Amino acid sequence: MTPMFRWCARAVLATALLAGGPARAAAPRVIDISAKRFEFNPKEVRIHKGETVTLRVTSADATHGFFQKPLGIDLTIDKGKTEEVTLTPQQAGRYTVICDHFCGAGHGNMHLDIVVE
Amino acid sequence: MARPLDRRTFLRVTTASLAFGALHRVGYALGATGPGGELSGQLAMKNGERIAPFSFVQLSDTHVGFQGPPNPTGGTRAFERAVEVVNALPQQPELVLFTGDLTHDTEEEGQRAARMKRFRDIASRLRVKEVHLIPGEHDAGFDGGAVFRDVFGETSYSFDHRGVHFVALDNVSRAKPEVGAERIAWLEKDLARFPATAPIVVFTHRPLFDLRPDWEWFTRDGDQVMRVLGRYENVTVLYGHIHREHVHEEPHSKHFAARSLMWAFPDPDSGAEKKPLPFDPANPFKNLGARVVDVGGRGSPGAAPLALHEVELTLREHSGTEGFQQILRPSSLQPDGRLT
Repeated sequence: MTPMFRWCARAVLATALLAGGPARAAAPRVIDISAKRFEFNPKEVRIHKGETVTLRVTSADATHGFFQKPLGIDLTIDKGKTEEVTLTPQQAGRYTVICDHFCGAGHGNMHLDIVVE
Repeated sequence: MARPLDRRTFLRVTTASLAFGALHRVGYALGATGPGGELSGQLAMKNGERIAPFSFVQLSDTHVGFQGPPNPTGGTRAFERAVEVVNALPQQPELVLFTGDLTHDTEEEGQRAARMKRFRDIASRLRVKEVHLIPGEHDAGFDGGAVFRDVFGETSYSFDHRGVHFVALDNVSRAKPEVGAERIAWLEKDLARFPATAPIVVFTHRPLFDLRPDWEWFTRDGDQVMRVLGRYENVTVLYGHIHREHVHEEPHSKHFAARSLMWAFPDPDSGAEKKPLPFDPANPFKNLGARVVDVGGRGSPGAAPLALHEVELTLREHSGTEGFQQILRPSSLQPDGRLT
C-alpha cells in the first residue's frame, strides 16, 4: 500500500465519520403545523414522492384530530400539546387531512392538503 | 293445500310531494293470511311481533339554534313547517325518527340544554307521539352526549315495531366519527336473536360507509358495523349529516341520506366546495325536506304474494321528489316458503 493510498483512505474515513457515518440516513424534514379552530396552518404542505417527512402538529386551543387514511395519518392533539407522525408517501397526488375530532361549528371545514409531487 | 308462492313480495314505493320537499313512502305488501301470514308468524316467533302495515317519518338535521346566512328564516321555520306537513298527512305515521343534529352546537351547557328543549317543544307538536331520536355531532360532540342523555335519554338503543327491528346507532358522541368497539359489540348482541331475513332499519347520523371522508362524510369504524349488518339480508340504513339525498347500496344493505331542515349542501361530485347552498328568498325551503316510509297495506289480504325475493332499493322520480323501493331477497326463503 503506497503512502498516497493510505492518506486517501484516512481522508475518506475521516470525512465519513464527520458526516455521521456512511450508513446513517438523513434525518427527515420536519414540517411544523399549528391547529386552531377552525384551520390548520399552513393550509398546504408539499412533499416529494419518496421523501420522508415528520409532520409535527401543535394545538393552540382545543382537542383536534389530524386524519388522512390513505397516508396512515391519525393523530389526536390535545390543547397545548404537540404530536407528530413520520411518513414517506410513495404516490403522487393531493391528500386532504381533516380534523376528525369535533371542535365546534366550523369543524366540518377544518382541513389541510398534502401535495405529493 | 297451500297456493304456490310467486316469490315476489314488495315494499311498494309511492312518492308524494310535500309543499316544501320530498316525501318518500315504502310499502310492504304483506297479507295476513296464506303463505304471507305464515311468514309473518315465523318472524313473529323471532321478534315477538308480526309484520304489519304501518308508516313512519324520518326528519333530520334541524339544527335548532343556528342563525346565519345559509338560513335567515328564523332558525326553526322549516322544522315547524315539516311538523305541520306531517300532521296534515291523511294517514298518520306511527313513528317519527330524527337522525341527528337536532340542535346546533354551543359550548354553553345551559344553552345546549335550552336548544334541546326548544327542539322538544316543536317536536311535541307532532300528532305522532312515538318519536325516536339519535344525536348528531352538533348535539353530542362537545360533551360525549351528556346533555343529550339528560334531555332525551340513551344515544343507542333498539326496539321492535310491528315486526320490524329498529336500531338507533350513535356514531357521534365519541367526538370522532366512530361507533366504538363497545357499541358494535352491543349491536351484534342485539341482532343475534334475529334470522338473517328479519327486516332491520338502522338509523344513525353519519354515513356508515366512506361517502366523502375528506368532507367528513364517513364513519371510521363503519366497515366493522357493516360486517355485523352484513349477516342480515334486509337492512335499511337511514342517516342524515350530509344535508342532501343520497342512495348507496352494499351487498346486504341500502343506505339513504335525508335532507336537512336547515340548509342544504351541494353535490360533492360537482366539484363544489363544502359550504351550504345559497339561500333562495323566493323559495326558502328549497332542498329541505322530510321522508315518510310507509310500510304496507296495499296488497290484497290473503292473496298478496309473500315469498320474499330480494332486497332492492330503487329511486323513482315523482313530482320532483325521489322515493325508494325495497324487495326482499329470494334467499330469504326455503323452497317451501319458510324462512331460512
